[in-house]
Amino acid sequence: MSFGYSRRRGGGRLLLRYVLASAVTVIFLFPVYWLFMISFKTADEIYHVPPVWYPSQLQLGSYLVLFRDGDVLAILNSFIVAGVSSLLAMIFGTFCAYSLARFRTGGEHLAMWIISQRMIPPIAIVFPIFLIYVHFGWVDTYFGLILLYTAFNLPYVIWMMRGYIADIPLELEESALVDGCTRWQTLWKVVFPMARSGLMATAVFTFVFAWNDFIFALILTRTEVITFPVQLTHYFGGQSNFWSKIAAMSVLGTLPIFVAVTIMQRYLVRGISLGAVKG
Amino acid sequence: MNTRPALAQRISVASDRGFKYLMIAPAILILLLVGIFPLVYSLVVSFQNITMTEVDTSFAGALNYVQLFKDSRLWESLLHTALITMVALPLELVFGFLLAQLFLERFPGRQIFVALLVLPTVISPIVAGATWRLMFDVRFGPIGQILSFFAGEPVNILWTVNPSFVYPAIVVCEVWQWTPFMFLLLLAALSNVDQSQLEAAEIDGASYWRVLRQIVIPAITPVIAVAVLIRGLDLVRIFDIIWALTEGGPGSMTETISLYAYVIGFVQFDTSYTAAVAFLVIVILTAIVTIALRRMEMVR
Repeated sequence: MSFGYSRRRGGGRLLLRYVLASAVTVIFLFPVYWLFMISFKTADEIYHVPPVWYPSQLQLGSYLVLFRDGDVLAILNSFIVAGVSSLLAMIFGTFCAYSLARFRTGGEHLAMWIISQRMIPPIAIVFPIFLIYVHFGWVDTYFGLILLYTAFNLPYVIWMMRGYIADIPLELEESALVDGCTRWQTLWKVVFPMARSGLMATAVFTFVFAWNDFIFALILTRTEVITFPVQLTHYFGGQSNFWSKIAAMSVLGTLPIFVAVTIMQRYLVRGISLGAVKG
Repeated sequence: MNTRPALAQRISVASDRGFKYLMIAPAILILLLVGIFPLVYSLVVSFQNITMTEVDTSFAGALNYVQLFKDSRLWESLLHTALITMVALPLELVFGFLLAQLFLERFPGRQIFVALLVLPTVISPIVAGATWRLMFDVRFGPIGQILSFFAGEPVNILWTVNPSFVYPAIVVCEVWQWTPFMFLLLLAALSNVDQSQLEAAEIDGASYWRVLRQIVIPAITPVIAVAVLIRGLDLVRIFDIIWALTEGGPGSMTETISLYAYVIGFVQFDTSYTAAVAFLVIVILTAIVTIALRRMEMVR
């Protein structure tokens, strides 16, 4: 092995690399493959001993059951809650990030305080939040969950957008101001267009975090606004699990994420490392 | 949108000073409301004595905090959390590094491999746990089948129930999901190592291990530190995967601190005591973050 600079590379080395790369990829993706295959299997195939490795045909019965019983509403809830909260977090967070990046509002202390908010474990704050939500009647409402996810994602948005905005050359904004743009117009006509890819990437990751959350949704929902991870855990039983439902619901809850992340591949490293690694 | 010019006018008239505070106001308000207010509230509650049966809001002193030290289940849950972190984190780091080495050199199709390998990291942890629960199933899951093939005899392990195998099961799931995270970050870091230094070292005939120890590791240490900090914090609050795999069982054998706090808060409704536990967690995490950040400054 080498550290990136080219050495003698024969065809044998390349072949070995492909073999290793393929083996690793197969190992890592096998569980995902298995999940997808279960969702297409018939009950006979799922409960077959020894396990069958692929379904005889792609039958969609497991999905139809989810649609028939209305379980897919959980997916819809996830879309609403994650979508609206991401939008709000992006709006409030980007403005805050702009102020932090350009005016150094609050200095490094405020920025550090904001990112430290993200490090608080959910279990430590969800309990008092639950008590407050009970008091105001916000448990199991869209408003309650959206407010929580907005707050939960704000530190991330502020932190990431601060970095993206700092990457924009200051001269552009200055000339816009000199040309008579108001502060507000400068934001809309210069800053946001320049930061567009950063905005998109951050929005996608914000959506993914809210979409994937389990613990907040578990505690703050009952029946009305259940999100898909909570719905998923309802299929686990003490004696038997509803395998086809688990698999089909997991696939429905995973596909949007795969699509979003594949589109945002280029920003993935920066997005998941909280901006520390620029990829 | 008719109001926008008027609003813009007003904002532009206001000084930059007003503008910059106006911009951070909504975000800070939400953070105070949902971040700080609950903390203060739970600090108050932790000094009272509220349980499921009675709401006693009189000052109870350090009652709940004394209870912390007598609660063996609490300390066991902290131990479980530390155990999972200590085993999973190094494994993720090592596997991530090896993968990054494999994919460091460019070859046709590399991007596709990387894109595929990333997938486990972005799926919901609860889905990851559910997936492995299906994988590990003793009768219908493929893991037993594969092991039987290699062992040459039927292997029937109740992965999520057998006390000897629950921790390996959790670690396998955790490492499977988060190795790609380490891989991505380390791949980016390794790609940024100064090539001229590496070439110079090769011309001087330095061995692989020497190059690794003296050039590569120092160059990627800041990224390793960030990756370990992010993953370490996630592992300390691990909840979803364990909930999906074992629900803390058998008994409370795999109960982590987050699961325990959930049980006392939302199953036993021991309100004031849960608030005290939550504070203990915050204190522990703050200590870890402070130490970690200080050490990271040292390595920089």
